[in-house]
Amino acid sequence: MLRLERRPQPSKMWSYLTPLIAVAATMIVGGLLFAALGKPPVEAIKTIFWDPLFGPFASYSRPQLLIKAGPLILIAIGLALGFKAGIWNIGAEGQYIVGAICGAAVALAFYPMDGFFIFPLMILFGGLGGFLWAMIPALLKTRFGTNEILVSLMLVYVAEQLLAAMALGPLKNPEGYGFPGSRNLQQYEAAYNAEIIAGTGMHWGVVAALISVIMAYILLGRHVLGFHIRVTGEAPRAAGFAGVHTGRLVVICLGLSGALAGLAGMFEISGPSGVVSIDFNVGYGFTAIIVAFLGRLHPLGILLAGLLLALTYIGGEMAQMTLNLPSAAIQVFQGMLLFFLLAVDFLTNYRVRIGQKEAV
Amino acid sequence: MTEPLLKITGLTKAYPGVVANDDVSFAIQPGEIHALLGENGAGKSTLVKMVYGLVKPDSGQMELHGIGYEPVNPSAARQLGVAMVFQHFSLFDALSVAENIALGMENPPSPRELSGRIRDVSEEYGLPLEPHQIVGDLSAGERQRVEIIRCLLQNPKLLIMDEPTSVLTPQEVEILFKTLRQLKEEGTSILYISHKLEEIRSLCDHATILRLGRNVGECVPAETTARDMAEMMVGSALHTPERKDEPTGEVLLELSDLTAASPNPFGTTLKGVGFAVRAGEILGIGGVAGNGQDELLATISGETRVTSGTITLRGQPIGHLGPNARRSLGVLAAPEERLGHAAAPAMSLTENALLSGAIREGLLTRGFINWRGSRRFAQRIIDAFDVRTPGTETSAQALSGGNLQKFVIGREILQRPDVLVVNQPTWGVDASAAAAIRQALLDLAAGGAAVVVISQDLDELMEISNRFAALNEGRLSDVRDTAGLTVDQIGLMMGGAHDMEVAHVH
Amino acid sequence: MDFSAINPVLLIASLMVAATPIMLAAIGELVVEKAGVLNLGVEGMMIVGAVAGFVTAFETGSPILGFIMAAIGGALLSLVFAFLTQFVLANQVASGLALTLFGLGLSALIGQDYVGVKPPPTPKVNFGALADIPVIGPILFGHDLVVYLGLGIVAGTWAFLKYSRAGLILKAVGENHDAAHALGYKVVRVRILAIMFGGACAGLGGAFISLIRVPQWTEGMTAGAGWIALALVVFASWKPWRVLIGAYLYGGITVLQLNAQAAGARIPVEYLSMSPYLITILVLVFMSADRSRAPAALGKIFHASN
Repeated sequence: MLRLERRPQPSKMWSYLTPLIAVAATMIVGGLLFAALGKPPVEAIKTIFWDPLFGPFASYSRPQLLIKAGPLILIAIGLALGFKAGIWNIGAEGQYIVGAICGAAVALAFYPMDGFFIFPLMILFGGLGGFLWAMIPALLKTRFGTNEILVSLMLVYVAEQLLAAMALGPLKNPEGYGFPGSRNLQQYEAAYNAEIIAGTGMHWGVVAALISVIMAYILLGRHVLGFHIRVTGEAPRAAGFAGVHTGRLVVICLGLSGALAGLAGMFEISGPSGVVSIDFNVGYGFTAIIVAFLGRLHPLGILLAGLLLALTYIGGEMAQMTLNLPSAAIQVFQGMLLFFLLAVDFLTNYRVRIGQKEAV
Repeated sequence: MTEPLLKITGLTKAYPGVVANDDVSFAIQPGEIHALLGENGAGKSTLVKMVYGLVKPDSGQMELHGIGYEPVNPSAARQLGVAMVFQHFSLFDALSVAENIALGMENPPSPRELSGRIRDVSEEYGLPLEPHQIVGDLSAGERQRVEIIRCLLQNPKLLIMDEPTSVLTPQEVEILFKTLRQLKEEGTSILYISHKLEEIRSLCDHATILRLGRNVGECVPAETTARDMAEMMVGSALHTPERKDEPTGEVLLELSDLTAASPNPFGTTLKGVGFAVRAGEILGIGGVAGNGQDELLATISGETRVTSGTITLRGQPIGHLGPNARRSLGVLAAPEERLGHAAAPAMSLTENALLSGAIREGLLTRGFINWRGSRRFAQRIIDAFDVRTPGTETSAQALSGGNLQKFVIGREILQRPDVLVVNQPTWGVDASAAAAIRQALLDLAAGGAAVVVISQDLDELMEISNRFAALNEGRLSDVRDTAGLTVDQIGLMMGGAHDMEVAHVH
Repeated sequence: MDFSAINPVLLIASLMVAATPIMLAAIGELVVEKAGVLNLGVEGMMIVGAVAGFVTAFETGSPILGFIMAAIGGALLSLVFAFLTQFVLANQVASGLALTLFGLGLSALIGQDYVGVKPPPTPKVNFGALADIPVIGPILFGHDLVVYLGLGIVAGTWAFLKYSRAGLILKAVGENHDAAHALGYKVVRVRILAIMFGGACAGLGGAFISLIRVPQWTEGMTAGAGWIALALVVFASWKPWRVLIGAYLYGGITVLQLNAQAAGARIPVEYLSMSPYLITILVLVFMSADRSRAPAALGKIFHASN
């Protein structure tokens, strides 16, 4: 009988290996799934992981990689800070939406004015929107001890309704012939988050994502706040002993992750998406949870995991076009990735022993 | 000689890196109170867990009534008449006394019948208990009664008791001993685990002594001196710390009429606690576990904030300050729970050095961490306190209890505190490490610091402290000089002056 | 707005229907949490139950078979969670989230060919003349089997936890798993059974949405019901009867809100649709004052050698 034995020290080697094992296992089981759906498994996997970068249409799809990875990384970095401290913000999708609405509202308020200050102001309000939306679960948790998981999640549904209300109401395009949706910010130069280098997909949101990776890396490794975040997640009582003010940490972690999610939403709506509409959000806030875990809550890991998950989005779309693979299959694929990661993650902290099972 | 009730031959059990029991043999006669004596870590707990079916031996045999005995689980052991009262009670706080007892029985009767039987047994053995009370609201002594009655209801042939007196006041110990003697009269055998020599001498008929997992001797306690037993148990002469004279320094730390609710729901509220500690003095605070020890430490360390004036340092109010503000003023603490409170288990010793040393050791520059300095600090602790570890990057949980305790206490002492409060400084620590820690605390006080030692080990407190007080249900007794204190006085202090529990037990 | 259009008898009858899915899911989760496990995958198990029930009922023409498959589907998915949290000791919060993300994807995949079709109708229980009694008839005797089944499960769970030995063991495991283990109880086995029960109940609740309440299949149709069920357990302070009360209160708000929409309230539809979620948050705030009722070992990982 197999049994688990706690390692005296978490294994460095396994902490690097487990994400790779999870990806490999997902490819294999994912391939089986595609085969079960009547699609050629190897070709499907190749379409998802290879073609977007090196296939015949790569010149079109390659920029998409950064466009999709940008928000995923930006959100996941924020989430990871909280997750490390045991603070579970799973409502990033809602903060993403509210950030987008706030950023777009600023732009639409100034339309059609031209001014260098408009875009920075949008950034400010986008971040602020996400921050404030995240402050709801944060303050309810610190004031009343309310569970932040449930509150932040409930607020996703509220934000979705708010998005619909905005798209149909205050932010509706007055020249849109009554159709729902706002003006397209891509056609409003002062507010347009255009590519910085044409054809690369590199827009300001991607830059923000990279900056957030570097900042998080420094924060966690060198700064006392990062240390406090890690201690709190590791041993809450020890954190209290170290002088960590738990309530303040909840506010900081939720606030930071909310602001980053809000920024991601703002960069998305002012760039790749352009329009406040009901179908603006596509679940980045939830996929970012997978990104954060797959990256082992480490900034550099998240960078890589974000790129990988972005690849599955693009590859999934390609497989949808070329192989008629249902879009839901990619969602299943991403879910499986998290499953497999959790399933092999124990190898970092436990050793497998073969022998009689026993209780001590 | 009659056939033994339980005969153990050559029991061996090894864990990775340590042999917990090595070829242990002994026998328990019917109607005998048999002591299993040994230091922390001598392998007593592992041995009884094998008898109780919680752990499977690697080799060796056990015989019960002359028949091979290999319990696969505790339930099998219970069916054969073996019952056990644990050191850390296996009770369920949110459930009632009756529910807790039902959970420990193989075939519990209906709830109403069970309540009746609980009342009968508790009366018969002088262990008052109300079946419908919620266990979380009971005192440690009452909780132990729940465990004992749970065992007695099954008419055990052998009752195993693991360090039963560690949580009891001297008066409660007397009640327990009376119950155990009554059981013995009725023919029940008792396997009594302890490291307290006097207790064993007054109670037990026969003793088996374990050291480092081996059976190193047997004796009849009543005919053996405590000194001889101690030598068998420890194996070498102990280093006894020196005792200092009456301190006359200025009052450093003073608590006055401090009242604070516990942060956790089943915790104890501190009520009107007051004392003063002078420079050069060690104040010992005794009391049964769970009477406000954790809470008291938290109010002094700053983890629990209180009204500013109720705690003063050199007359200045500090009650409103958090842990780090107090550290910078020189008030340091070492909590009881090493893993998870005093240290973060999976983090390295360097990180754990930073945990409480950041402020006084100057390891932060505008919030940025000086890792090299932290590593140096960790290394200094390791060197100064003889912490056995491969290095500073080893995680705290990889250290043995004694070594981690030396690290935790050393970390605070090396920061040159003016006031240090420690809770259970030598709990679960081997004798030589315990002696080293006690000496370090004495040295610290000799150097002019005020030290508060909270402990359940009365011998330890008598040995090192100048003055003594006891916590009972969140209240602190009067503070008295340790010189000349009698066991009876200590018992009354621990029991609380107005606690009438002793009176209504006949 | 015309509130006179709202018929109180119909309102009560329909709030019972609206309450049933979250009541089922919440009572299942209550048992799971009583055993000391926090499964945040309720939403995922519900939606998988919804699609499993719908597809089965559509293909076989039997809603009963549909509900059975929904329960099995939910329980099977919960087994994945059980494996992750009980065998490889994964973090329960992360595993529950994984279950939800995976379940949403899986259900969309299974259900993609069933969008827009109608399931076979689920027959109402025939109480004969009882159903014709004014007021009481439509409220008490006008429902389909699953509404009564939901009430039965709540009552059964209450009795199980209060009177049975197995219920006592379950509570003990959720209260202090180390002590339960020391007494020789199989902590992992108890928890796996509880998790599967939770999965089956969530599956039934999901199928109730797709087969009776809506009834059709659309992607993501549970729309947070699983999360509301989780909140309901907190609201209920881990007491079965309070789950019933909470579910009916929630059902009442949902139905009122829908009636207000239908009655042409001047508030935009979107704001009315927010109300159940906002009220859930408010309720959570009021109920969080007292955390002491939560099972003490909730969410903690059990490893026998710890």
